[in-house]
Amino acid sequence: MSTDHAASRRSYYTVFLVLLVCTFLTWQVAYFDLGPLNTLVALGIAIFKATLVVLIFMHARSSPRLTWIVIIAGLFWLGILLVLTASDYLTRTWI
Amino acid sequence: MPDRPAAVAHDHFAHQFESLEHQKEVSLLGMWVFLVTEILFFGGLFLTYTVYRHWYPAAFAAASHEMIVWAGTLNTVVLITSSLTMALAVNAAQEGQRRTLMMFLIATMVLGCVFLGVKAFEYYTEYVERHVPGPGFQFEAEYASQAQIFFSLYFMMTGLHALHMIIGLGIMAVMLWLAWRGTITAEYASPIEISGLYWHFVDIVWIFLFPLLYLVGRHVH
Repeated sequence: MSTDHAASRRSYYTVFLVLLVCTFLTWQVAYFDLGPLNTLVALGIAIFKATLVVLIFMHARSSPRLTWIVIIAGLFWLGILLVLTASDYLTRTWI
Repeated sequence: MPDRPAAVAHDHFAHQFESLEHQKEVSLLGMWVFLVTEILFFGGLFLTYTVYRHWYPAAFAAASHEMIVWAGTLNTVVLITSSLTMALAVNAAQEGQRRTLMMFLIATMVLGCVFLGVKAFEYYTEYVERHVPGPGFQFEAEYASQAQIFFSLYFMMTGLHALHMIIGLGIMAVMLWLAWRGTITAEYASPIEISGLYWHFVDIVWIFLFPLLYLVGRHVH
């Protein structure tokens, strides 16, 4: 068991470093004009960071399948909230 | 119950479960279900933000430009570091190392306080610069009313996040007390694991708030 825990600790430090690099990237990339890509890059990095936190820090990777279903169901309902509302508000100017 | 196995005869074992492991899985699952409701709770605010930013992109860029970027970046680093110390606290709890656990819980709480201190400094600065929505709000005339929407969302989203941080500090204080009393052992570490899930979730909310509130239209000015 203790070797498992030592391995987890190593992965926590790795994730921590990756998260710091990603924060630096988000911050610096905002000063370059990429047009509409600025927001997409910022959100892409944020989603990547959040995924790392969920999988490693929150142990989702080694959690039972039931936990996975709960997480995916939550994201699915968030998707419904965002996509259905956006399909109205963000398309009003298309007509 | 004389035929109960020795491993199950634990002070914090509830009789409806098959084993301590089963009890732990159920309590972790309960926390995940709560976090799903939190995702949708914050999701509504992120959705409102998206709609208004889509309507008033120029005003949102101008208002976001008033944010103190170094403070937001510093707070992102502080929260990520607190997530690391929280993960290490859970690790120490699972190994039954009481002193290490208490040390990392204290480190997490100190970092949480640093975050709230920086946030308070920002709120004070925004108050002095008259960026708090209401009768005293001041902004360049062209965007004044639309920028007020940005700042309303900013204060609601970061305020709700800060409230979660304050609750998190309370939870950590209770965990520290449990660890100090020796309630937390390698067999019964689930209170720390559940608190860890909450703390990491609050970190994730900030990971999204930081670019959406502080970094919009940075390249324009």
